[in-house]
Amino acid sequence: MPKSRRSITDLILHLHPPTVPEETLRFNLSWGLGGMAVMLVGLLFFTGILMLLVYQPSTDQAYTSILILTREVPFGLWVRNIHHWSANLLVVISVLHLLRVALTGAFGPGRRLNWVIGLFLLFLLLSSNFTGYLLPWDQLAYWAVTICTSMLGYIPFCGQWLQELFRGGAEIGPATLANFFVLHVAFIPGTLFILLLWHFWLVRRAGGLVQIKKNDAPEAPSPRVSTVPNLVMREAAVGLALVAFVLTLAIFWNTPLLEQANPGMSPNPAKAPWYFMGFQELLLHLHPVFAVFVWPLLGAAAFLCVPFWRDTALPTGVWFGSGQGRTLAAWTTAIGVVATLTLILIDNLLLGSATAVTNTFVTRGLLPTGVLMVLSAGLYSWLVKKLNYSRAETVMAGIILVLVTLTVCTIIGVWFRGPEMHLVWP
Amino acid sequence: MVDNRNNDTPPGPNRRQFLNRLWAFFGVVALVEFGWLGLSFLNSRKERNKPVKTESIVTAGAVEQFTPATVTAVPLGQFYLACLADGSFLALSRTCTHLGCSVPWDEEKNQFVCPCHGSTFNLTGEVLSAPAPRPLDYYPVRIENGIVKVDISTPQKRGRFESTQATRI
Repeated sequence: MPKSRRSITDLILHLHPPTVPEETLRFNLSWGLGGMAVMLVGLLFFTGILMLLVYQPSTDQAYTSILILTREVPFGLWVRNIHHWSANLLVVISVLHLLRVALTGAFGPGRRLNWVIGLFLLFLLLSSNFTGYLLPWDQLAYWAVTICTSMLGYIPFCGQWLQELFRGGAEIGPATLANFFVLHVAFIPGTLFILLLWHFWLVRRAGGLVQIKKNDAPEAPSPRVSTVPNLVMREAAVGLALVAFVLTLAIFWNTPLLEQANPGMSPNPAKAPWYFMGFQELLLHLHPVFAVFVWPLLGAAAFLCVPFWRDTALPTGVWFGSGQGRTLAAWTTAIGVVATLTLILIDNLLLGSATAVTNTFVTRGLLPTGVLMVLSAGLYSWLVKKLNYSRAETVMAGIILVLVTLTVCTIIGVWFRGPEMHLVWP
Repeated sequence: MVDNRNNDTPPGPNRRQFLNRLWAFFGVVALVEFGWLGLSFLNSRKERNKPVKTESIVTAGAVEQFTPATVTAVPLGQFYLACLADGSFLALSRTCTHLGCSVPWDEEKNQFVCPCHGSTFNLTGEVLSAPAPRPLDYYPVRIENGIVKVDISTPQKRGRFESTQATRI
């Protein structure tokens, strides 16, 4: 092997082990989702740096600089579209990645810290998406930042302080844009980079991807093949196919840009970016303190704690753990869709009636939270004690239920909410 | 002979412990300094976003211009002047109390409807449907020589509508 080639191989072997178990190479174990996410992050860094050369982070020039970027700079429109589509696709891919990890039992002992880091990465990525959404300072951006920073105000004790911190003052203005610009181009990418390297290293330290545990011959190690070219070629193929896909997408679909920000008039309906639409649906139904603070906190705590509860990870390397798990997952998905739709439709009728106003902190806060808690505990013990499902399978059902609910809310928010956020047929 | 071996032996555990604590202390001091530096940097910008208000008293118009039970937008002061059924005046902030969207007045439905999360408010700014947690904020109104004047320096929060919030001629 020539020396130059050798040094490249050595560099790759810092991230990957020299050899990998052959069974972890199969595509339908990982679907290449982690690799895809890395590729998209690369695209985002590249196009982001290019746009940084044109963008002006001030309230009176931001909008014009985007117009210049899309109309005058060669390939400017394309570069912005690539950045936009990579960012949106990255949200989808990362959530699927999380789902893959959960469904193949890849957060058990030895991978706990990496699950936590993964969740932080997802949080950073959503923040990155959102802060980027604000930079053009058009109508979408202005009202998104208004709603989001107002949401901070509902957090108990430090809400007001946080709101003023992120706004850079009591009202939205130049300091707000400066804040979000710094977060988007310096703070978040820097943190993301460090956490990503840590994430990869922990995968390597855990012995690569999850493998199927063999009961008959636990001693026999599964055959290994060398990383270069077996793994690296596969990664390159998936990555390049993805790049081709994003670049093509970016030719045909333009990133939206509304009129310049107008503090006097909210667009009707004023919708959040699609990945926060599930959140916006919660805001329509719950008291703000619960929609903004209590429920997200409970959700985040649950996801963070899952791997630290004993025996919550499925048998490794097999989707849904077993055939029984697969059936449970299918049922959970179906029931989740029906239940979410029913709840939203019923509450829509309740909201229309005049009785909805009385003491919403109890009726739209404490009450639904209590019901949710009792229901989850009840369902858990019913599944484990009466139907003899394992703890891991029940936890898997819970994770699926949360994601299904969020997905249904997101779909409703994107396509079935019209002016004044009323339910409409698209 | 005086025993002076102690001077030649390596530093005892007490001295080492003391020095370690000293370093730890300096580390904490450095952290506090950087924290303080960052916070004062961030706090200094609180005033930057304040729009330059030359006048906090906005003249809405003459009393005769407004008919009872109507709402007039006053774009200059970013508020609505509601002329209530009994002819008294109430100045309402146009900012939704839920998450800060700008609330338009719907003439046909006779209510304010928030475009972001669908809260509705009546003529006096009271919540007709959730999720808004409290009525629209109001501004104090004065009537001088038949001219309606509104003080927009600070929006007043309230739990419900009371007739004292509106101003009669």
